Amino acid sequence: MSPHIIPKRTYFLIFAALIGLTALTTYAATVDLGRLNTVIALLIAACKGSLVALFFMHLRWSGRLTQIVAVAALFWLAILLALTLSDYRTRRWTPAAEGWATSSNQFNR
Amino acid sequence: MSEGRAAALGEQFEDLEQQHEASSLGMWVFLATEIMFFGGLFAGYTVYRGLYLPGFEAGSHLLNVKLGAFNTAVLLCSSLTMALAVRAAMLGRRRELVTFLILTILLGLTFVGVKMAFEWHHDYEEHLVPGIDFVSEGPNGRAIELFFVFYFFMTGVHALHMVIGIAILAVLTWQASQGRFGPERYNPVEMAGLYWHFVDVIWIFLFPLLYLIGAHH
Repeated sequence: MSPHIIPKRTYFLIFAALIGLTALTTYAATVDLGRLNTVIALLIAACKGSLVALFFMHLRWSGRLTQIVAVAALFWLAILLALTLSDYRTRRWTPAAEGWATSSNQFNR
Repeated sequence: MSEGRAAALGEQFEDLEQQHEASSLGMWVFLATEIMFFGGLFAGYTVYRGLYLPGFEAGSHLLNVKLGAFNTAVLLCSSLTMALAVRAAMLGRRRELVTFLILTILLGLTFVGVKMAFEWHHDYEEHLVPGIDFVSEGPNGRAIELFFVFYFFMTGVHALHMVIGIAILAVLTWQASQGRFGPERYNPVEMAGLYWHFVDVIWIFLFPLLYLIGAHH
């Protein structure tokens, strides 16, 4: 087996992109965009993470099985986050039960 | 089959390619479990940040963004040197491999050093360490304390991973200096590299979530 050698140039370009994105996210955080701040920060982080995984971790040149494991890990993480948040974020959608007349006050918010 | 090839091949494998696939797959499965491990912390952070957003933003505001950004750059540099170390191992350049491994270790030590000597120490002096010494007045005091619980757990577990990574790289550096790696036997260096890059990716997400959410105030 001959190892897959990637030119040094590629690594330096990816590194430059990572530093650039770090500067961008640090700057973007100083601008008040409301809820968009978090979205932008996470998008930039996802870009950086993808660059590291694809190039530094050679996922781009890895076998299919390895790539599936990497994607599956993210899928499981999505399940973890989605199911947790589907509980916490929807708790107040339905009003708390009024209860019996004598104890109704303790559930009112 | 050359002698080097035979020595590099474990007897349970058909050939070097299969051996490489197996170790790479195994490492990625381990990293998947690590994603779930950190995922629990990220999920907890997301829930409580949603519940106490003003407190989390105020807590984040107390962190030093410059030091956080500096450490991010240091870690990205270390990922570059690690990638170059793996490349040197594949090419069988012993001296280059040792140099890049040592550089990676030094950058890793810089990261942990800045974290402990400047950031955590500063937090301690500012009475921002929940459970040991935490003082925060105002309506958001308890929420800020909660933010710092997440801050110390997330950065602490991340720093622990860094220390383990540094120890692994130290062993590899010694082995590399003995000429144990070459174009036919570089799996250990590559797998350590995967671990190191993974720890870098975790920090890439920790930096905005911990340091930047309070920056626009």
